Amino acid sequence: MSSLQSLDIKRRSATTLPSTQARETLEVAKLIDVSKCIGCKACQVACSEWNDIRGDIGTNVGVYDNPADLGPKTWTVMRYSEVEEKKGEEMAFEWLIRKDGCMHCAEPGCLKACPSPGAILQYSNGIVDFIEENCIGCGYCVAGCPFNVPRISKQDSKAYKCTLCSDRVAVGLEPACVKTCPTGAITFGSKEDMIDHAAERVVDLKERGYANAGLYNPAGVGGTHVMYVLKHADKPEIYHGLPKDPQISATVGLWKGVMKPLAMLAMGLTALTGFFHYVKVGPNDAEAHPDEPEDGNGPHVIRSSGPGQMEGKGNVNPGEQA
Amino acid sequence: MTNHWVDIKNADVILIMGGNAAEAHPCGFKWVTEAKAHRKARLMVVDPRFTRSAAMADLYAPIRVGSDIAFLGGVINYLISHDKLQMEYIKAHTNAPFIVGEGYSLKDGIFSGYDAEKRKYDPASWGYELDKDGFAKVDPTLENPRCVFQILKQHYARYTPELVSKICGTPVDTFKKVCELAASTATPTRNMTIMYALGWTHHSQGSEIIRTGAILQLLLGNIGVAGGGMNALRGHSNIQGLTDLGLLSTSLPGYLQLPKDSDVKYDDYMTRLTPKPLRPNSTNYWGNYPKFHVSLMKAWYGKAATKENNWAFDYLPRYDSGYDIIKTFDLMYDGKINGYICQGFNPLSSFPDTHKISAALQKLKFLVIIDPLATETSNFWQNHGEHNDVKTEDIKTEVFRLPSTCFAEEEGSLTNSSRWLQWHYKGAEPPGEAKGDPEIIGELFTRIRALYAKEGGVFPEPIRDLTWTYKIPTSPSPEELAQEYNGRALDDIVDPKKKDTILAKKGELLGTFAHLRDDGTTSAGCWVYTGAYTEKGNMMARRDNSDPYGLGQTLNWAFAWPVNRRVLYNRASSDAAGKPWDPKRKLVFWNGEKNVGSDVPDYRPDAAPEEGVGAFILTAEGVARLFAPTGMAEGPLPEHYEPFESPLKVNHLNPGHADAFNNPAARMFKKDRAKLGKPEQFPYAATSYGMTEHFHGWTKHLKGNAIIQPEQFVEVGDELAKEKGIANGDRVKVSSARGHIEAVAVVTKRLRALDCGDTKVHQIGLPNHWGFMGLAKKGFSVNTLSPSVGDANTQTPEYKAFTVNIEKA
Amino acid sequence: MKPLIQRYSDSDRINHWIVAIAFVLAGLSGLAMFHPAFFSLTGLFGGGAWTRTLHPYIGIVMFTAFVSMAKRFWKHNVMVPVDYEWLKLLPDVLTNREDRLPKIGKYNAGQKLLFWMLVVALPTLFVTGLIFWRAWFAEYFPIPVIRLAALLHAVAAATLITGILVHIYAAIWIKWTVGAMIRGSVTHKWAKAHHPLWYREVTGQPATPPGQE
Repeated sequence: MSSLQSLDIKRRSATTLPSTQARETLEVAKLIDVSKCIGCKACQVACSEWNDIRGDIGTNVGVYDNPADLGPKTWTVMRYSEVEEKKGEEMAFEWLIRKDGCMHCAEPGCLKACPSPGAILQYSNGIVDFIEENCIGCGYCVAGCPFNVPRISKQDSKAYKCTLCSDRVAVGLEPACVKTCPTGAITFGSKEDMIDHAAERVVDLKERGYANAGLYNPAGVGGTHVMYVLKHADKPEIYHGLPKDPQISATVGLWKGVMKPLAMLAMGLTALTGFFHYVKVGPNDAEAHPDEPEDGNGPHVIRSSGPGQMEGKGNVNPGEQA
Repeated sequence: MTNHWVDIKNADVILIMGGNAAEAHPCGFKWVTEAKAHRKARLMVVDPRFTRSAAMADLYAPIRVGSDIAFLGGVINYLISHDKLQMEYIKAHTNAPFIVGEGYSLKDGIFSGYDAEKRKYDPASWGYELDKDGFAKVDPTLENPRCVFQILKQHYARYTPELVSKICGTPVDTFKKVCELAASTATPTRNMTIMYALGWTHHSQGSEIIRTGAILQLLLGNIGVAGGGMNALRGHSNIQGLTDLGLLSTSLPGYLQLPKDSDVKYDDYMTRLTPKPLRPNSTNYWGNYPKFHVSLMKAWYGKAATKENNWAFDYLPRYDSGYDIIKTFDLMYDGKINGYICQGFNPLSSFPDTHKISAALQKLKFLVIIDPLATETSNFWQNHGEHNDVKTEDIKTEVFRLPSTCFAEEEGSLTNSSRWLQWHYKGAEPPGEAKGDPEIIGELFTRIRALYAKEGGVFPEPIRDLTWTYKIPTSPSPEELAQEYNGRALDDIVDPKKKDTILAKKGELLGTFAHLRDDGTTSAGCWVYTGAYTEKGNMMARRDNSDPYGLGQTLNWAFAWPVNRRVLYNRASSDAAGKPWDPKRKLVFWNGEKNVGSDVPDYRPDAAPEEGVGAFILTAEGVARLFAPTGMAEGPLPEHYEPFESPLKVNHLNPGHADAFNNPAARMFKKDRAKLGKPEQFPYAATSYGMTEHFHGWTKHLKGNAIIQPEQFVEVGDELAKEKGIANGDRVKVSSARGHIEAVAVVTKRLRALDCGDTKVHQIGLPNHWGFMGLAKKGFSVNTLSPSVGDANTQTPEYKAFTVNIEKA
Repeated sequence: MKPLIQRYSDSDRINHWIVAIAFVLAGLSGLAMFHPAFFSLTGLFGGGAWTRTLHPYIGIVMFTAFVSMAKRFWKHNVMVPVDYEWLKLLPDVLTNREDRLPKIGKYNAGQKLLFWMLVVALPTLFVTGLIFWRAWFAEYFPIPVIRLAALLHAVAAATLITGILVHIYAAIWIKWTVGAMIRGSVTHKWAKAHHPLWYREVTGQPATPPGQE
C-alpha cells in the first residue's frame, strides 16, 4: 500500500525516467541487534496484528521456527541456528536467533526485476514498498531479491513482504515490530543514528569476547535499511544463511540490464534494416520477369501430395502437362 | 521479588537459574539487556536446557534437573573456602554470629528432630542458644564452633566442585567459572541479582532451593542493595496479588494464617503467631500480628467482630492439615469431595498425574467452572480420542460453566512481580454473558446469604455477618474492594507518642499499616496493601515515572507494597553505621538525623545506627537468616536431596542412606508413591516448562499464538536421539509410570548428555502448553507424565524433575 | 488466369497461422512485461495481471502448434551442401540477383536457418517459461534456476522476435510470398524463380530453359 506521497517516491519499478528528486527526507533504518534478541516472536505477532494478516496454524517441523517460512501473510519470521563458534579463545555452543524479513536494500533487486510500473516503490526515506494494486503477480521480484524475501499469494497472485510499516513511518511512528520488541533488540531511527548505535553495541560485544562482532549493512546492495548487529559479522551465513555478500544476481543483472537495450536494439535494427533494404533494393518480384509464357486456362492448382506430407512430389494438372 | 524489575538494570552480575526469564518474562528481561548494555553486566544462566535465556548469556552452565541445591551449595563452599565473602555485611546483617543450641545436628543427610514414621521434623533442636532474657547468644568474632557461620561452613564444605559435578553433571571448569563470577560481587561495589521462577519452586525441595540462593546472596552482601536481591519472577500477571491475598489453603490475606485445630483458644492462636524478639533491639515486626489480624476481622465482620467475641475468631475455620491441590484431588479421587468450584484454574491440564485428575473429576457430583475460556477441565467429560480418552456416557458429573472476563475486560489492580499494584482500566466489554469475577461471586454470595436468612442453618453467622456494604451488592466495584483491602479508621486514630495528633480521622482511608490497631478501631482487608488507596486517592493509578536518583526507583509510579517500598531490606544497602556500601547506588542511609534515600526505608526512620535495630525488621532476630531455626519443614540449612523420580540410584551427597535419598519431610500419598518409576524402566530425566510463545494452556485459544507455536513437541538431545534412532520431526512416545504422551521430536544440541559420576544422564524437555481445546493442534497434557508429589513446605508439585522413557512412535 | 502450384496445404497454413497469431500475442504480452516501454501493450490484454495470466497459456498454444508445424516442415529444412553455397552468396540474395544463386529446393538456407532457430527457441521458451511460471511451477525450482530461466527466456524471445521480423520482412520483400501462406498456392513463375528445384520436383519441368542450366 502506498502510504507516502508521490514526492516521497525516489524510485519506481519498470520506469525508465527518474522519479521526483525534489524532496530529501531522512533516510531511516531498522537495526536488529541479534545479541539482544530473545527470539520471543512478539515482532511476528505485532506484524500480523498491525497489518491484519494471519497465516495458517501450521505444524511443528522439528524446530522453533514457526511459521517455518515467510509467506504472503507472514512478513517476518524468527530463524534459529544451533552453531559452535569461537568466543574469546574457546569454542562455545550458541543458539543464534535472527529475525528475517525484507532488508529494504538501497539497490533493491525486486524493484530492478519488477516489470510493472509502480508496483514496487522506493521512498526517499529508503523504504522499499510493494504496491499490490499495481502488482501483476509475475513473481520476478522473487527472482530479483538477493535475500529470498518476497512471497506470492496463492489467493490473489500478489507479491507481499515487510513494508517497514511505511504507513506508520509516514506519520512519524516506528514500525510495529520495533514498538513491540520487549528487549530493545529492534531499534528504529535515522540510518546514521542506527549506524552509530550499532558501533556502540559492537564495542560491547567485542569486550565480551566476540572479536568479529560487527554491523551487517551489505555494500553489494548499496547498504540496507534493515541492518543487523552480529556477534559473528565475519560469518553472516551461520545466521540461518544470511548471505555473506548479497548482490543482485549477475543473471538478473543481465536479464534486467544489458538484455533490455540489447534486445530492443536488435529488434529495432532488424525492422529498420528491412525497411531501408526495401527502399534501396525494392521487392523481389518473380512475376515482374516476363520471360516465361503463361499457359493454361484458369486457376490451375498443382497440388502437393497431401497435407503435412512434404515429399515434394507434386501432382501436375493434366492440362498443364500438355 | 525483594527488588523490582527496573532495578535489575543496576546489577553487575545476573544469575538466571530455576527460571528462563528471556522466554517466560520477555518484557522484564529488557532490564537484563539494559544492565548488559549500560553496566557491562555479565549474565550467567544455569539450566538443564540451553534456553533462549542461555542464548543471551555470557556464561551457560548445564545442570541436571533437581540438583540445584548441590550446585548452589557448591558455590557457597567456593565463596567460604576462597574467602570471597562480604564479611562486614555478613556480620552486620545476618545471623552468622548467632549461636545454635547443642541439640542441633546433621547426620547422613538427616537433621536432628526427625520422626521417620511421620516423615516430619520437630524443629525444637534447631533453635539458638538463649540467654537468661530469652535473647539469642551471639559471637561477633564468628569463631564459636556452634555459631551459624561455622555450622554453615562445615555444612557446605562437603559440597566440593567434584561432588557438585558428579551430582549436577556440570563440568567442573564451567562450575568454577560460575563460582568466580558470583564471587566477583563479594565486594561492596559489585552486586549480583538472582532471577528465578518455577524452575526452583516446582521441586520437592523448592523452598530450600530458594533459601540456598538467598544464603548465597547474603554471603555476598547482595540483599537489600540496588541491583541485588532474590527475585522471584511471577508467571501470571496477578499471581503475586493472589499470593498476597492468601494463596495457600491455610493462609489469610497479608500472609496471616488460619487457626489450626490446636489453636483452641484465641490466645493460643495469637501466642503461636506473635513472635518475641530474639535480640534486644530488634524491630520484630511480626510482633504486630494482633493489629493486622484484628483489622482483617474488622474488615470482614465489622460490628459483629467485637473484643468480647475475640473479633469473631470462631467464625474462622480451624484446619487439621493443608488442603493443597494434591491433597484435594486425592480426596476427590477417593470420592470424599462431591463438588468443586474451579475459578480461573485448569486442573486437568495443570495438575500432576492427569489420569488421576480426570478420574477424580469423574467422581464429582458437580463442577463449577468460572473461566473466560472453554478449558480442558470444563470439557473433561468430552472424548477427544487419544488426547482425552474418556467414556462420556459413564460420567455423571454435572458441569456448570460461568463465563468470566479476561484482564482487558475488567478494571482493577494487578500486582506484578515487583510487588507493584498497578491499576488498569477496562479496554473492552466482555462478550456474551460473561461477567467479572466479583460479579459472579457477588451473585453467588447474595443468594447464599438469602438462603441462610430464609432457611437458617447450623452456623449461619459467618455468612450472615460478613461485611457486604457494596453499593450494588451483586457487583462489588473494584474501587470498593480496593478501599476495603486498604482499610479505614473506624474511630479517630491518635498518635501514641503525641496524644494531641490525630493520625487518621474516623472513616478515613488509612495511609499506612503503621496506623493499624488491635483494639478494633481500624480495618484492613489485606494489611500489606494498606496505603494503596488512601485519602489522597488511588495510589495504584499513579503514572509518574520520574526517577530523581537514576536508580529506577520511581516512587510515584503505582504503589508497591509494603508502604510503597521498592527494595525490601533496603537498610542493608548501608553498613552497620548507616553508610552506603556503594556511594553510587544509595538506597537508604543515615544522614545523622534520619534514615533517608531513594527508597522508603525498610526501617524505623529515626532509628540511629547505634541502636542496633537490625536491617531485617520482619525476623525476630533483626537480621537475615543464613540458618533458619524455624519455618522450614526439612531442616534449618538446605541439603541436597534427589527428586522423587531420579535417573540416579544414589544421592551422591549421602550415598548408602536411602532415607536421605529424597526429601525426608516431603509428603507423598501411598497410591502416588506406588506410581513412581524406576531408572531401569524410565532412565531419562524430564522437565516440563512453558515457552515464550504461549502462556500455559490459555494462549493456544488465540490464533496469533497458535500460529507461532502450533503443535506439541518434546525436546531431545542429539546424542540420545541418535541412540534411539529418532530424527528431527519424528513422532515420539514419551512415557512415565503414570502414562504416556505422543508429540513431534525436536532434536537439538541444546540438551546435552550429562556425566553424573558413573551415570550418563540424558534429559528430555517437555513444553506444557498443549491440550485438546483451543486453536492449536490437539495435544496431550504433559502432566500425564508428572508425579503427585510436592514441596515439603508448600506442596507445589514437582513438575520440573521426574523420569521418563522415550521411543519412536 | 495464371496456373498455380500449391505450396502449402490447408492444414499447413492453419497450423502456421496458429503459431503466428500465438506468436504475435505472446510477443506483445511478453514485450509488455519485458521492457517498460512496451508496458502499455498490457492494455491489449486487459491489464498487467491479465497479461501475466494469459501470456503463458498463449505460449503453450504457440509451442504445441509449433511442434506440429515443425514435424511438417522438418524434412525440407535439413541443410544440404548447396545451402552453404547459397549462404556464401548472401550479397546477391540481398540485391535480388537470384540468377547468380545456386538452385535450391523448397526452402532456401535463410528459411532453413530460421526454422532451426525456431526449433531451438520455442522449446527454450517453453521450458524456461514453465520454470518461472509462478502460478504453477515456480515454487518447485530454486531461485538461481528461476533467474537463469528468466534470462534464457528473454534471450530466446529476443532472438525469436528478431528472426520473425526477418521472416516477415522476407515475406513482404519476396513478393507473392504472403499469398503462398494465405491461400497456399504460388505461381509457376514464383516457384521457378525462388525455389527451382522444388518447382521441378512438383511439376517435373526444369525451372530454367535448357541451355541456361
